[in-house]
This record gives sequence, C-alpha cells and structure tokens, in this order.
Amino acid sequence: MTAALALTGVTLLHGDGDDTVTALDDVTLHVEPGQMVAIVGPSGAGKSSLLAVAGALVTPTRGEVRVAGVDLATAGRRERGRIRRDHLGFVFQSGNLIPALTALDQVRLPLTFGGVAEPRDPRTLLDEVGMAHKANRRPHQLSGGERQRVGIARALVTRPQVLLVDEPTAALDRHRSQDVVALLARETHQHGVATVMVTHDHDVLHHCDLVYEMADGRLAAAGAA
Amino acid sequence: MFLALRELIFARGRFALMGSVVALIAMLMVLLSGLSVGLANDGVSGLQRLPVTSLAFQPHVAKDAVFSRSVVPTDAVATWARQPGVASAAPFGNTLVNARTNRGLEIDLALFGVEPGSFVDPAVASGTRLTGAPGEIVVSATAAKQGIHLGDVVTVEPLGTTLRVVGILASQHTFGHVEVGYVPLRTWQEVHAGIRPGDPVPQHVYDDVTAVAVAARPGAGPDLAAADRATGTSSLTKAQSYGASPGYTAETSTLQMIEAFLYVISALVVGAFFTVLTIQRTQEIAVMRAMGASTRYLLRDSLLQSAALLTASTALGIGLGLAAGAGISATSMPFALESGPVAAAAVLTVVLGMVGAAVAVLRITRVDPLNALGGNR
Repeated sequence: MTAALALTGVTLLHGDGDDTVTALDDVTLHVEPGQMVAIVGPSGAGKSSLLAVAGALVTPTRGEVRVAGVDLATAGRRERGRIRRDHLGFVFQSGNLIPALTALDQVRLPLTFGGVAEPRDPRTLLDEVGMAHKANRRPHQLSGGERQRVGIARALVTRPQVLLVDEPTAALDRHRSQDVVALLARETHQHGVATVMVTHDHDVLHHCDLVYEMADGRLAAAGAA
Repeated sequence: MFLALRELIFARGRFALMGSVVALIAMLMVLLSGLSVGLANDGVSGLQRLPVTSLAFQPHVAKDAVFSRSVVPTDAVATWARQPGVASAAPFGNTLVNARTNRGLEIDLALFGVEPGSFVDPAVASGTRLTGAPGEIVVSATAAKQGIHLGDVVTVEPLGTTLRVVGILASQHTFGHVEVGYVPLRTWQEVHAGIRPGDPVPQHVYDDVTAVAVAARPGAGPDLAAADRATGTSSLTKAQSYGASPGYTAETSTLQMIEAFLYVISALVVGAFFTVLTIQRTQEIAVMRAMGASTRYLLRDSLLQSAALLTASTALGIGLGLAAGAGISATSMPFALESGPVAAAAVLTVVLGMVGAAVAVLRITRVDPLNALGGNR
C-alpha cells in the first residue's frame, strides 16, 4: 500500500554555526491509510518538529516529505497552504477552537476556505463524535474533552488523507483521554486516514497501531501497541 | 464573511464600543460640515448667487480688501464687454452699511449696486425687481426672516438715505455674514460717496464702481490676463473672489484643518483598535493558517469585518448628525446641511478608517502557522 505520509531521511536544523540545534535527525516514517501511529518521547525530543515538517509548516533542511504523493520540497508557500487545506487535518492541544464560533460552525469553518471537493456533512460528523447535542455551544461552554471532540470533527470534515494530532490528551483527565483517543482510532480505521499522534500519555498507546519513540531528534520504532 | 460576521456578533460589546467612537466622529463630521457650509453661505452666498464667472477689480489692491477698496472706472465695463469670450459685462458696487428699518430693526447690510435690467440685477420671489427709480432696495430672503418686509423703509445710517423695500429674493444672499440688499447703481454710488439726501452730487460720483461683473460665453471664456491688460483691471474668478470676502478664508481653513485632524484621528483610532484585535487573534489566525486558510481569505475576512463595522457606525453617526443638524438649523447659528459635503464626510470616514484597518490587519500576513503547534501556545 502507498504511504499517505512519507518522511524519508528528514533532518531539520535550527540556527547555524556553533548554535545549530538538530531538531530532527535523519527521520524516516511512513504511515499508510487507516494506520494510527503514536510518537512518544520527552519534551524537546523533536515531536512537535516532526508534526511541523509533516504538516507542511516547516521545510526540512534535508530529506523528502511526501503527503498524498506530493513532494513538499517543491511546493511554495501558497502550494503548502493548499496541501494543508486539501490533504491534511490538524488536531491541536485543547482543541484550539475559535472562541466566536459554535461547535457546528467550528466544523463548517474549514469548508469556507474553499477547494474542498467532497466534504463530510458537519452535522453528521458532530453526531459521529458525540457532540450533536451541543452543536450551538461555544468553546467556553464546553469541557476539555468536548472541545477535543469538536476539534477532531473539524479536522475530519475535509476528508483529509493525513491527520496530525498534537498532544490531544494534554489537558484531559484519564477517562476523557481514553474517550478522545478511542474516537481518533475509530475515525482513522473507519475512514482510512493516516494518523500521526504526538503524545506524552502512555496510557492511550493501546489504541494505536504503531508506536515510535523520539529522543534527541531520532525516531525509533517502539513496536506495536 | 463567515468568521467576520460571527465575531461581530460574539464580541458585540467590544465592536459596539469601537463603533460608537466611529459614529461619534461621523456625527461630528456632519456637524462640522454643516457649520462649514453655513459659514460659507453666510460669508459668500451673495457672491455664489451672482450670475458671473469673474469680477474685474482695481489692480494692485490686496485680495482680502478688494471688495472694500477697489475702484474701477465705469467705462471699463464697455471695454470688458468687447473682450473675446465675454457674453456680458456690467458694473458692480459693494459697500457695507449700518441701517435701521421704519419698524426699528437695526440691521447691517452689504449694498450691491447693480444696473437695473443688467444680467446681475436679480429676480425676486416677491415684490418687484429694481426699476431704476432712486431709493429702491431688494433684500435677501434671510433679511426678510429677520423682520424686513415689502414696503418697509430702510434708512442708511448715519447718512439718512432712505431705501424702500420693493422686492424679496428667493434665497439667502449674504456677504461677510451681512445681509445683501441690491440697490440701483446710482443710489449705490451716492451712498458709497457719502452723499446725504438733498446734498448736491458731484458728477464724478457716478464715474466709479467696485468691479466689473463679467459673464463668459459658455465653453469659450475670455483670457482673463489678456483682458485685464486691455482694460487695466485685475480679475478674480468667482471662486477666487470668495477668498476676498471678510473672514472667509480664515473661517473655512480653520474648519478644514479641524476636519482633516478628525479624519486622521478616526483612521488612527480604527487602526489602533484593529491592531489590538489582530494581536489578540494571533493564535486563532495561526490555527486557521495551519488548517490551510490562505492569506487572502484571512485578509478579506478581516477587511470585510472592518468595512461592516465602519459602514454601520458611520451610517449611524451620519443619521445622528443629520438629526442634530436639523435641530441646529432652526437656531440662528450659521448651519446648513448639503448632501455633497455630508456624503463626502461619510465616504472619507469609511475610506480612511479602512486605510487604518488595512494597515492593522496586514499583521495577519506575518502570523506563522507554526504558532498553532506544541509549546508555542
């Protein structure tokens, strides 16, 4: 099967001269559709840098990054924006929802950016993540777990091939953490999304198909969950 | 407009506060515009309503004193009439006098001396036009509002010259904030020379006027400089002559300066508001950029939000200004609302506000979508 997300020999350096920091060191990671991969590791290990490179937010110093078969190295700033819109979905810490929008409008928002060929129905999606009954609530009226569920629905509405998830359980208690990651795993498997989740939370790894460990910018397989 | 509209509703208190500032500025613009037009009307409406294209004065007289100091020989009128491009030329006299009516009303008048039947002899709304008989006067509609009626006798003080009101003009005719009264040229020349009733009048009194009133042929006016050389005069176009009205330039430039400052303040206030707003929105802008929102989308959304806020609040301010202006118009304050200046105030408030907002929201282009991730929160 062709990988939806393929990082090959990726190195990311920050700064120059004696101040050079190696954020990613020769990282190779291939994620196939319907596969959920977890990246664990201590703070500063390079997990967020990995998401930034995979999410077309940062161009690596060396190596190749392909999203849905498109080489990001050849993409300009506008093209990378289009790739994020068309092929990638982001789930951020604490949901990172827009304060002015209701849950339903949060999910509708990516569709207003244009260019989405076959979007999922926002109401149906909200129902799927268990938030239909709070469709008209704004972020400050939702709990942390509910905000994450809305964030997941927002990331999936454009039918992305790749879902990048940044510490989804950072602000949640144990019970809600399990709910949220189980939801991510279900969506990944049902809709054939290639999901990369960065997390500190080892209690949720059993929902994932593969687990990698990062240390000092290097990625190493930790095995199946 | 998806996000802009929802943010306007969600943060309505914040936007209402900003909108009320813009509305107050727009309201002040309307009031200043009304005051500006009112003062201009009070200063030069008599000149504005003269059917002339230019006035030829005595050369080498300071511009701000030409209406009181200029002396032009009456035979210059015939010379002007022969100049190429001139449709009509007529003598024109101006002098300011103190007067009192037979009803005891004290009033200052700008006496415009005109040849009855000439092109500067005005039509009247009531009564009759000047016939040429000595001692006639036709007064401004605003003078009639002050209590001068048809048939009243106006006495020029301290000369004692009496003028009978034979006609009332249709609209305001004022000059230097003084009501205009049109009198036959010979009567004007006698008053201007200080001739008392019954005194002998030297013939030279009838030799001079203040200026030659000139009407150009449509589409092919005279070469004023060439005509001035031929006639020994110094011409001012009608619009230039407004600046020679007492106090006109000082008043209008003061108000224009206040208006200009208000426009700048308005743009700065709007710019500062949207700068703070954009800084507060940095995180959500980063999130949307990470999700693939283009810079164009984000700029368009923010600018539409600014435009909606500015348009609505300016419309509110203009409405309040018009309502307040209607009240002020009923007082003795020189105040007049005209659609042109009010529309210009509205457009400038919105456009300059948009410039301020545009400079502020350009910060969006510098927001890094990477801020949406990890420890950058």
